[in-house]
Amino acid sequence: MARIRLEALCHSYLPRPRDDEAADWALRGLDLEWADGGAFALLGPSGCGKTTLLNLVSGLLQPTRGRILFGDRDVTALAPGERNIAQVFQFPVVYDTMTVFDNLAFPLRNRGLPEPEVRQRVAEIAAMLDLTPQLGQRAAGLTADGKQKISLGRGLVRADVAAILFDEPLTVIDPHLKWRLRSKLKELHQRLGRTMIYVTHDQTEALTFADQVVVMEGGQVVQAGTPVELFERPAHTFVGHFIGSPGMNLLPCEVDDAGVARYAGVAVATASQGLASARGRRLELGVRPEFVRFAAEGIAVDVTRVSDVGRHRIVDTRVRGDGAELVKLLVAEGEPIPEREGHVVFDPAYTRVYADGWAVK
Amino acid sequence: MSTRTPNQKAWWLVLPVVLLVAFNAVIPLMAVVNYSVQETFGNNQFFFEGVRWFEQVMQSPRFREALTRQILFTAIVLAIQVPLGVAIALAMPRKGIGLSICLVLMAMPLLIPYNVVGAMWNIFALPDIGLMGKVLNDLGFNFNYTRQPVSAWITLVAMDVWHWTSLVVLLAYAGLSAIPEAYYQAARIDGASAWAIFRHIQLPKLKHVLLIAVLLRFMDSFMIYTEAVVLTGGGPGNATTLLSIDLVKIALGQFDLGPAAAMSLIYFLIILLLSWLFYTVMTRGEER
Repeated sequence: MARIRLEALCHSYLPRPRDDEAADWALRGLDLEWADGGAFALLGPSGCGKTTLLNLVSGLLQPTRGRILFGDRDVTALAPGERNIAQVFQFPVVYDTMTVFDNLAFPLRNRGLPEPEVRQRVAEIAAMLDLTPQLGQRAAGLTADGKQKISLGRGLVRADVAAILFDEPLTVIDPHLKWRLRSKLKELHQRLGRTMIYVTHDQTEALTFADQVVVMEGGQVVQAGTPVELFERPAHTFVGHFIGSPGMNLLPCEVDDAGVARYAGVAVATASQGLASARGRRLELGVRPEFVRFAAEGIAVDVTRVSDVGRHRIVDTRVRGDGAELVKLLVAEGEPIPEREGHVVFDPAYTRVYADGWAVK
Repeated sequence: MSTRTPNQKAWWLVLPVVLLVAFNAVIPLMAVVNYSVQETFGNNQFFFEGVRWFEQVMQSPRFREALTRQILFTAIVLAIQVPLGVAIALAMPRKGIGLSICLVLMAMPLLIPYNVVGAMWNIFALPDIGLMGKVLNDLGFNFNYTRQPVSAWITLVAMDVWHWTSLVVLLAYAGLSAIPEAYYQAARIDGASAWAIFRHIQLPKLKHVLLIAVLLRFMDSFMIYTEAVVLTGGGPGNATTLLSIDLVKIALGQFDLGPAAAMSLIYFLIILLLSWLFYTVMTRGEER
């Protein structure tokens, strides 16, 4: 239907935000493009601006600056009802006095669709959401997940909807139903091919739902990419520790005259190129616990703790020397772990140098 | 088999409340019941009369007229105050200094003693010197609440609306501010009109506070006494003699204790019955 493009989008909740004051802004200059029909996630900690971004796209908020385009149409000034956007909220919103049928028909009737068409659309969507048996019931009597399905259904019935936005839709759903509703979403996305944008602070939800995840922090996009990219090639240390469990190891390092990263006196091979240019900035070595392993020689460490997490064990080690930094390893079941001391090496393909937080390419 | 040991000490803890309720409600009520079945000619001598006073009250045209006036008055003030209160609450600002000003203005009539309200409107509506009465007469209306029943009724209703609409406003406002923002957001996305938002979100969410508002306003307006007595004293003639006013005339004016007691009980039962009716009708169809 339409790709969604955000151009230099800024938003502040203050009446007169100051340009040079980052704290005044909820969103600071966002440029993003979401292809038509994709499943996208906005991931970030509370207060990072992801809900603000969602409300800007749906039109509930007007951006302070910047433009929003659906396809080639500039919708920045349009009201939510005119935008071909549906939104599902954190808490299920149903119209209590209406039946499930009337709830689903509400957006269509508001837009003056002829009644036979309304009935046909509602029946179709109800069948998809497994709500057909409840169509005649009062919506107020349904369980939280049933209500959330109605909220979703009110978005799906509209044939003109360009994208469906989800604002942490599983927050109030029981854990065992969360999984079911999530698979339902995934299934609907595949069947209908509608663009879906899913806001969450839960990395599992984001990574399992989306083809592309946008990680946000402090009102800015830190990285946008596939789940695999975010995992294997974090562009920023924030992505490194926010995604993954446990998060990425970050170790202060140096780059020598030859442009080789050195940590604890040992030269470390990395995937980062042109390190010489990064000298003089705050440098860190980033490597995920999955890509650290014990070896005969390398960086000397003391093993401090081993925790069994099922198919893996998480090993905490302390690097010998001044810093005594913590390095975590993920060791598969059955592989040996040194009793007290050993050496670790990093997989060069997945080890990067970060300068002031950003990965050196 | 029950393993609980009976502990009768708890009765002592209930005793203060039982005593309070007894002296406050039960004993006075029983005294009224007592009077309602007896005749007295003074000297503290009483004779049992059975249900004679009840029959007399029920058959008296005077009671029926007062009851009709009472029902009419309550119906009019409810029909004005509830919609008006909701409309004002909807129009009130949601935040800022405007809200504080509105809330203070709304609370003001509720803080004025009843007899002062009556006196204020008594003067306000005087045709020769009162602001409202004078202006109405200068505009060409023939308005005199001490002589014309219609003028008296208009003044009475206007006074009650002025005095009590803010109660409905405050209750409705509290109900409105309890509606989560997401409902309005969802409605905007669903393309709902302002009327649809009111009809399908605000009104259903206000239902419970409105039930309270209707019950309170019904009971209070059905028992109105002080303001009406100060304003019109039941006149002109008997045009504004509502139930309470009539009751006081019988009990303290004529000193007919028996009929007054019987009338009190009938009055009480009517209020009880109508309150129950309102409650049942308004909560009908809700899941338990």
